Amino acid sequence: MDIRRRNNVTVTGRADGPVVLLAHGFGCDQNMWRLVLPALAEACRVVLFDYVGSGRADPSAWDEKRYSSLEGYALDAAEVCEELDLREVTFVGHSVSAMVGVLAAAKAPQRLSRLVMVAPSPRYIDDVGYRGGFSADDIDELLESLESNYLGWSAAMAPVIMGNADRPELGQELTASFCATDPDMARVFARTTFLSDSREDLKTVTLPTLVLECAHDAIAPREVGAYVHAAIPGSRLVTLQATGHCPQLSAPQATAGAILDFLGTTQ
Amino acid sequence: MMCRAAEESENEPETDATDAVFTSLLEDSAEELYEHAPCGYLSTLMDGTIAKINTTLLDWLGLSRPQVVGRMRFTDLLTVGGKLYHETHFAPLLQMKGDVSGIALDLKAAEGRLPVLVTSKVKTTEDGQPLLIRTTVFDARDRRAYETELLRRRREAEEARRRAEADRERLQEALAVLQQNLLPPQLPTIAGMEGQAHYHTASPDLLGGDFYDLFPLDAGRWAFFLGDVCGKGPQAAAVTSLTRYTLRAAALHDPDPTTVLTTLNTVLHDRYSSGDTRYCTAIFGVLEPVAGHVDVHMASGGHPSALIHRGDGTADFLPTPGGMLIGVLPQVQFTAAHTRLHPGDTLLLYTDGLTEARTGPQRELYGEDALRAFVASHPPTGPKALIKALTALLTGFGDGLDDDTALLALGVPAVPEVCDRVPGGGTR
Repeated sequence: MDIRRRNNVTVTGRADGPVVLLAHGFGCDQNMWRLVLPALAEACRVVLFDYVGSGRADPSAWDEKRYSSLEGYALDAAEVCEELDLREVTFVGHSVSAMVGVLAAAKAPQRLSRLVMVAPSPRYIDDVGYRGGFSADDIDELLESLESNYLGWSAAMAPVIMGNADRPELGQELTASFCATDPDMARVFARTTFLSDSREDLKTVTLPTLVLECAHDAIAPREVGAYVHAAIPGSRLVTLQATGHCPQLSAPQATAGAILDFLGTTQ
Repeated sequence: MMCRAAEESENEPETDATDAVFTSLLEDSAEELYEHAPCGYLSTLMDGTIAKINTTLLDWLGLSRPQVVGRMRFTDLLTVGGKLYHETHFAPLLQMKGDVSGIALDLKAAEGRLPVLVTSKVKTTEDGQPLLIRTTVFDARDRRAYETELLRRRREAEEARRRAEADRERLQEALAVLQQNLLPPQLPTIAGMEGQAHYHTASPDLLGGDFYDLFPLDAGRWAFFLGDVCGKGPQAAAVTSLTRYTLRAAALHDPDPTTVLTTLNTVLHDRYSSGDTRYCTAIFGVLEPVAGHVDVHMASGGHPSALIHRGDGTADFLPTPGGMLIGVLPQVQFTAAHTRLHPGDTLLLYTDGLTEARTGPQRELYGEDALRAFVASHPPTGPKALIKALTALLTGFGDGLDDDTALLALGVPAVPEVCDRVPGGGTR
């Protein structure tokens, strides 16, 4: 299987720089990183990819069973590292991908050397003694939102999403297709993301880790950021003065700066 | 035309006056229009903090302006599910594109959940710096109810399709098993002879009505038959089954070909005489290998003549004219024929799927002459090679081949060593 094509892998930046693997979260694709890319590319070799089921990954590689668990997504990331023979990788994972990074580190311990968790949450649903911020009903509501929005979207987006890997001219359609995903695959990813519980996995992290949280994040509140920070011994916590769940879009300079700073001080 | 022009010029001063009234009305109501528009308006800072909101939206939310402005963010107005969607889709899209339109979200309204359609646009400064976000909110209760209904229907349709596909798969499996039972799983091996068969199924959904068989009669003799039941589907398959086992049983009792076919005629006629007439055509024969050659005694009931491909490369039909359809009339006459197969000779039996295939742009019948020529154009290398060539021919017909087709070839292998060949063996 052609992993580069399957995961729509893009490599950019300084060939001799430290390797940074940017992993998008639920909802969008590697374009989420566009605004931080210039700053990172100046100093690093940046590898971007789309998980199967998102963006411009090969839809024929979709396997509902595999991608119904975060392990499946971690396998995608590990296989990208393997395929490109990446070493000393700094895995930068946004949102649910932060937890995917934790799992990927266990799968490819010889390849990953640092972890950057952007707006992470190990569990979205409240539990005894833990506040994730959401109830199971809330997640059902989100799935409904997905449904009602895809109703109008899928017809318009389908031609853009389908069969794209061999049609680079569709790159111009980027903004049109941005965040557009096959609704069935998005539903699986949403479920997998928001019903996940990776709290136990946090304990396995031994890599130098940066937890990057936003001051006002409706999905991963500061309480959760503090939980992650406390659960990973020796981790660094940086709170960005940003609103929302996507600091790489709302505060790109600060986000890139924090990542580069972390790289510089953990060489 | 002229009339109207006159009218227009006459009314001109009054039109001006009306325009003036409208204009003043509109100017008076700019604020009014914003506040009480039939949709919700709000403006937020880039971080989502609400800076301005209209009365319509406040009424929907059951909130007062001081509770909202400067105190709440746009996402605070949304249900939690809507908030999640906003953070994972809406906000990134807006940040990347500068505008987003027609997104379905739910507001936490005074009267519970209010489905809305939201459109936002980023207002920028002259040098392109984002300044604020303008948002319109449309009541989408009716539309959402309609969409919910559509989604429900779509799910039902998908479920129905899944069930139908599963049913179809099961049915095809059952049909395949039934079909296999109408044919021998493989041809038996006969010392000093070679046999090869091919069966083409026109449709996986329909049981075919063609059949063939080859089986031992006693220590020295073998029986074979090939035929075609009229029609397709389960009824035809039932006739096929009855036919196959009647022929086998009749052959063991008395293998004389015309006797066997007569027995079959009686059975089919008795079984299907009332109303639903079912009949078939068939060739039945007996093979008797004797000292280097094989004697063939056969009879035909309305079936296309067998073709013999001789070891010298010629191909000729073995005529069985006048044989009647089997099962139609209580008393029938069948035509018997005899031939002898020498080393290198092959006897070919086939059903009319082959000769009635459509070919060429005019979609003409392939025909028996073409078949004879086709066989004669191939070297006489035995049943396996002949069936292989004919299978390729059938494939080449494409959709011109719309009927089931059965092929059965029986031959005596050529003697490879020249010194072993009996001189003049072909004419003995």
